[in-house]
Amino acid sequence: MTKARAMQPLASGLADPVFGSQIVFRTVLDALSAPGKIFDLSDNLAGTPAKLPPAAATLLLTLADYETPVWLQSEDQETRRWLSFHTGAPKASAPSEARFAVIDGAASSARLGDFNLGEDRYPDTSTTILVLCDALEGGLPVALTGPGIKGSTRFAPRGLDASLWREIADNNAMYPLGVDLIFVAGSQLAGLPRSTQIGGGL
Amino acid sequence: MSAHKHQTERQYWMGVLARSTADSVASLLVSLGTVPAYEVIKRPETGTLMLEARAGGAGRRFNTGEATLTRCVVRLADGTMGFSYALGRDRKKAEHAAILDAVLQTESAHRSDLLVMIDRIAEEQQAQRNIVSRKAAATKVNFFTLVRGDG
Amino acid sequence: MYVAVKGGEAAILATHDLVAEERRGDPSVPELSVAQIREQMQLSVARVMNEGSLYDEDLAALALKQAQGDMIEAAFLMRAYRTTLPRFGSSVPLDTATMAIRRRISATYKDLPGGQVLGPTYDYTHRLFDFALMANGEDAPSAAIAPEALDATMQRVPDILGDEGLMEPEVPPADDPRPFDLTRDPIEFPADRDVRLQTLARGDEGFLLGLAYSVQRGFGGNHPFAGEIRLGEVAVQFVPEELGFAVDLGDITLTECQMVNQFQGSKDQPPQFTRGYGLSFGHAERKAMSMAIIDRSLKARDFGEATEYPAQQEEFVLYHADNVEASGFVEHLKLPHYVDFQGELELLRKIRAEQEERAIALKEAAE
Repeated sequence: MTKARAMQPLASGLADPVFGSQIVFRTVLDALSAPGKIFDLSDNLAGTPAKLPPAAATLLLTLADYETPVWLQSEDQETRRWLSFHTGAPKASAPSEARFAVIDGAASSARLGDFNLGEDRYPDTSTTILVLCDALEGGLPVALTGPGIKGSTRFAPRGLDASLWREIADNNAMYPLGVDLIFVAGSQLAGLPRSTQIGGGL
Repeated sequence: MSAHKHQTERQYWMGVLARSTADSVASLLVSLGTVPAYEVIKRPETGTLMLEARAGGAGRRFNTGEATLTRCVVRLADGTMGFSYALGRDRKKAEHAAILDAVLQTESAHRSDLLVMIDRIAEEQQAQRNIVSRKAAATKVNFFTLVRGDG
Repeated sequence: MYVAVKGGEAAILATHDLVAEERRGDPSVPELSVAQIREQMQLSVARVMNEGSLYDEDLAALALKQAQGDMIEAAFLMRAYRTTLPRFGSSVPLDTATMAIRRRISATYKDLPGGQVLGPTYDYTHRLFDFALMANGEDAPSAAIAPEALDATMQRVPDILGDEGLMEPEVPPADDPRPFDLTRDPIEFPADRDVRLQTLARGDEGFLLGLAYSVQRGFGGNHPFAGEIRLGEVAVQFVPEELGFAVDLGDITLTECQMVNQFQGSKDQPPQFTRGYGLSFGHAERKAMSMAIIDRSLKARDFGEATEYPAQQEEFVLYHADNVEASGFVEHLKLPHYVDFQGELELLRKIRAEQEERAIALKEAAE
C-alpha cells in the first residue's frame, strides 16, 4: 500500500538523537551569543538530504518538531519528506507562519520582513532563518557590533545577494521585533541575532 | 473498542500489535524462524503524545493531558519500512512490532501465517473486552414499578 | 531575596538516605511492588496521572511508591519526568462516544438507550470496614458475569436532549482550531474554553471539589444535574506525519461527566439547558464531576451572568487550581530566607529604637 513510498531510501537522522541534539543546541546558543563567530558541527552531523547542506540539516533536526512549521524557500520533495519523517515538522503555508525557515542567501527573492517578526509581548515567537551561503569567510566584510561582541568583529560570508545586508539592517531597526539569522555553509554556522548592528561593508 | 469499519489491513495489524503484550509480539517474531535482516531507521524512542478531547464530547478541541508513547522505524534489506507506535514505554516491543509491520507488507512466505496469528490475538483481545463488558452488564439496573398510585 | 550559602551538602545527602529508609518502613514487612500499587491502588494511580498530566499507570505507581503515597509529590515526579521526553504529536481527538462502557449512569433519565450500568462503584457500599482485607490471603474475588455484553457503543445522554434543541449545543468553532496548550504558551485572560478545560483537567481534585461544592451551596448559583457519567476504555489514535494515516496506539481508561444546568435564557438566547464538561484519566469520578460543575460556572461570562463568586472568576480558578505550582510557592517558604528576615528584623529594631527615642524626647520636653 505504501510500498512505493517505502522503497525510496531516506537519509538518516542524528546518530544519537538525545546527546547529538543537545550538543548542537548548545552550539546554536553559543553562535547566537557570539554573533559572527564561526562554529563547526563536523563531529555531530546528521545524515543529509541532497539539497540541504549538512549544517542546515543538522540544525533543523535539532530545532524543528511537529509544533514548528518550517518554510523552505526552494521547496523540494526529498528535503520535505526527510524533514517530516525525522521531525514531524509541518510545512509552513506562508513565510509569516514559519517558526524556522531556510533561505538561499544568493537569491534576492526572500524578504525578511515577510517572515514572522514576533509581537511586542512575545518577540521570541519570530521566525529563525537559516541563510545558506557558499562559505562563511572570504566575502564582502561587514563590521558587527552589539551584545556578545567585544568592540566590533568582522563577518564576511561569501555568496550573498547584495540586497540581503539592507534587509538585515531594516530587520535590525525593528528591534526588539525581527527575525534571527543563522548563516550556514557546509558544516559551519554563524549566528546573527536581531540585536547585532551592521556597519561597514554596505 | 474503536470502529474498525474503515480500517485498512495495515491499520488493523498495527492496532492489534499496539494492544499486544511485549511477550506476544516477541513470540510472533520467533515464529518467523529467522528474523530478516533489517536496519533501524528510528531507534526505539519513548516520548509523549498530547491527548486531545472535545468539550461535551463533540465540541471544541482541548488538550486533556499527555500519554507516554514509544515508536520505532526499521527498514528491511528490500527497502520496506516497518513502523511501530504504541502507548507505554516498551522499547523492545516497539522494535519487534516495527519488524513485523515491515514483514507483513512484503510478499514473504511468512505473511499469511503471521496474519492468522494476528487474527488469533485480535480474537483474544476481543474476548477479553467481551468479558469486561459482560461483568459491567451484570451491574445494569432493571427498573420495575413497585406500586403505582392513582393520584 | 536569596543568598547562596554553603555547608548544607553533607546534611542534604544524609536526608536522602534517611528518607529512603523511612520510605521502606519496617524491613520485616514485605516491600510493595510497583505492580501491586498499579493493580491495587488504581484510584490513587488515576489521581496521580490526572494531576501529573501524564497517562502512564506504571510511572504513576512508581511515583506513588517513591513519594510514600504523597499524591502531590507523585504528581510533581510525573511532571518532572514529562519534561525530559520529546513530544511526538497530538492525538486525534478522543471519541468518548466509542467508549467501551464499564459504568454509565444518568441522574436525568431513568430509561435511556443502553441502560443504567452501575459498574465498579463505592456508591452503594455501607462504608463499614471489611476486616477480611486486613487478614490478606483470601481467594481472588470474582464478579458476576452476565450472559450478554453491553451495547458496543452508547449515545451520550446530553446528545439525546440536543436533538430537541433544548440543550446548549456543543459544536466545534469554525475551522475546528487546534487547541491552546498551557504547557507551551502562557495563559491569558479572558481565557477561552480550551484553556479552561486543560487547566481544570490537571487541577487539584481537592481544590476543584471545594469550588464545586461552593457552587452548589449558592456561591455560584447553578443547580446541576448529573446528565451522564461514563467510565470505560477509549482507543487512542494518532496520525504520524510520516505515515499520513491514523494508527491505533492502544486504549486508555477515561471518566467523563456531563453536567446539565438550568438557564433562564436571555435577550439573545431562548431558555435552554446549559452544560458543563469533565473528563479525567482512569476512574476519577469526583474529579470529573467537580470539573464539569466548574466548567459551567466559568461560562458565566459567556451567558452574561454575574461573576461575583470565586468559582465564576476564571483568573482565580485557573491560577490556583494547579497543585504542583501551588505547593511550589507555598513550600518555598521553608527555603532559607535568612537575609530577608534579617533585613526586616533590623528595620523593626530601628523603628522601635526611633519610637523609644521620640518617647524619651517627648517625656523630657514635658518635664
